[in-house]
Amino acid sequence: MRLYAAVAVSGFRRYATYRVATAAGVFTNTVFGFVIAYTFIALWDERPHLGGYGQAQALTFVWVSQGLLAAMALLGGGFQEELQERIRSGDIAVDLYRPADLQLWWFAADLGRALFQLLGRGVVPLAVGALCFELALPADPLVWLAFLLSCLLGFAVGFGLRFLIGLCAFWLLDGAGVNMVSGLMGMFFSGMLLPLTVFPGPFGATVRLLPWAAMLQVPADVLLGLHTGAGLARALAFQAGWAVLLLAAGRVVQSLATTKVVVQGG
Amino acid sequence: MADRFPVAAGLRGYALVVAMWVRSTMAYRASFAMTTIGNFAASGLDFVAILLMFSHIDALGGFSLAEVALLYGATSCSLGLADLTLGSMDRIGRRVRDGTFDTLLVRPVPVLAQVAADRFALRRLGRIGQGALVLGWGVAHVDVAWTLPKGLFTVVMVVSGAAIFASVFIAGAAFQFWATEAAEVQNSFTYGGSTLLQYPPTVFATELVRGVTFVVPLAFVNWLPALRLLGRDNPLGLPGWVDFCGPFVALLMLTGAGLLWRVGLRSYRSTGS
Repeated sequence: MRLYAAVAVSGFRRYATYRVATAAGVFTNTVFGFVIAYTFIALWDERPHLGGYGQAQALTFVWVSQGLLAAMALLGGGFQEELQERIRSGDIAVDLYRPADLQLWWFAADLGRALFQLLGRGVVPLAVGALCFELALPADPLVWLAFLLSCLLGFAVGFGLRFLIGLCAFWLLDGAGVNMVSGLMGMFFSGMLLPLTVFPGPFGATVRLLPWAAMLQVPADVLLGLHTGAGLARALAFQAGWAVLLLAAGRVVQSLATTKVVVQGG
Repeated sequence: MADRFPVAAGLRGYALVVAMWVRSTMAYRASFAMTTIGNFAASGLDFVAILLMFSHIDALGGFSLAEVALLYGATSCSLGLADLTLGSMDRIGRRVRDGTFDTLLVRPVPVLAQVAADRFALRRLGRIGQGALVLGWGVAHVDVAWTLPKGLFTVVMVVSGAAIFASVFIAGAAFQFWATEAAEVQNSFTYGGSTLLQYPPTVFATELVRGVTFVVPLAFVNWLPALRLLGRDNPLGLPGWVDFCGPFVALLMLTGAGLLWRVGLRSYRSTGS
């Protein structure tokens, strides 16, 4: 356990080192936040209460999604490319010899990264959004606490997915294609482009059940106070369910993949 | 020879490096197919989001779906063209950091050409294809009496828009000589700018429209010329001839970006590693 805590801390510090890159990322998230916020204002002016959100709630959704984008690695990034490169180059053999579990190791490292990016890249865009627009942020600290818990569960779901994507490299060697597809799914089905509540009919209902919904839509709705009491428990259970399922699938694939590894001498 | 025709040498070098990367891409054909489709879909999803919006409304900021499609297609094509020709220039910061930039300096090809062709990604045809499809659909459905001059004007709009985005890519790369980790800043102006231009200017605050007209003149990519095509009023009340300034703005910006690149390259000091 202490080992994985150390890995998580080093993951945090690794990303904290690149301050200019963090500032550049914050700048970009903020610019995108402004652009999307104005389009949402136009949209909600035409159709107030679209998707069950008021305008302030819709704007909150925009800025929360810009704040969580890096932490949840919604558009890719994170660790899977590094894992794929280690698989392709064969360095993975060294990793497997280490007295540490592959999945737990990367989980810890990626959790450290996510925590840094939640603070380093999440707080400023949300604050700028709150200063420039009228947002519907909750005053109750318990709602914020539930939001953080929901973010943690959302992260676990995201990690579970990206670990599977990373392991694809054992069979495909070049991960560029799957990474791209995964980034696309993340962008569209998480609600980054448009809240999933706005998606129409049965398509919308299906999309809200997919794991990507657990990464942004559910945490944002928790922060907006749309889930309370039993509803909140259901929302968190939905996230936890996907997390357990994906992490277990990652275990299975990992054991299948490692039997494939052949270490050549020399 | 190379000294007498620096532009020709640059283009030749660019073509050689591009050809090499295309061959290398084709070594993993499955990945190439997937990434091209992915690139097509990635920019397509933006449009799907717009379609979803229009499933709830008839007009956004007073613009119909066909008009938004015209705006969207024009900026997507422009960005796609710039992205294809020199979209990997943002890797320059990484090259400066790990010292491989020095290798480029000793090769007998202009550095700008090498950096522009670095990791040339043919998959970016996907974005251009998607943008062209939406543009075609928009052109067919907007309420405009198309004539040959209007058609030519549209082509000029897309090409000079691509040149404007290209100058942003070059300026962004030059900026990385001073801030090697700031690759992401230029995304705000390229991808972020394109996202902005997909929507009608009436949606945005006037200060923002002013900013992208006078400070970073992205409005010349599609807003000003497309508003003229659609017979719409200029949101800032600028005189009519401004709508035709796209190519000049593009030339000016390319010159500026080229100068910035020169200054950046001159100020480069190797880390020695």
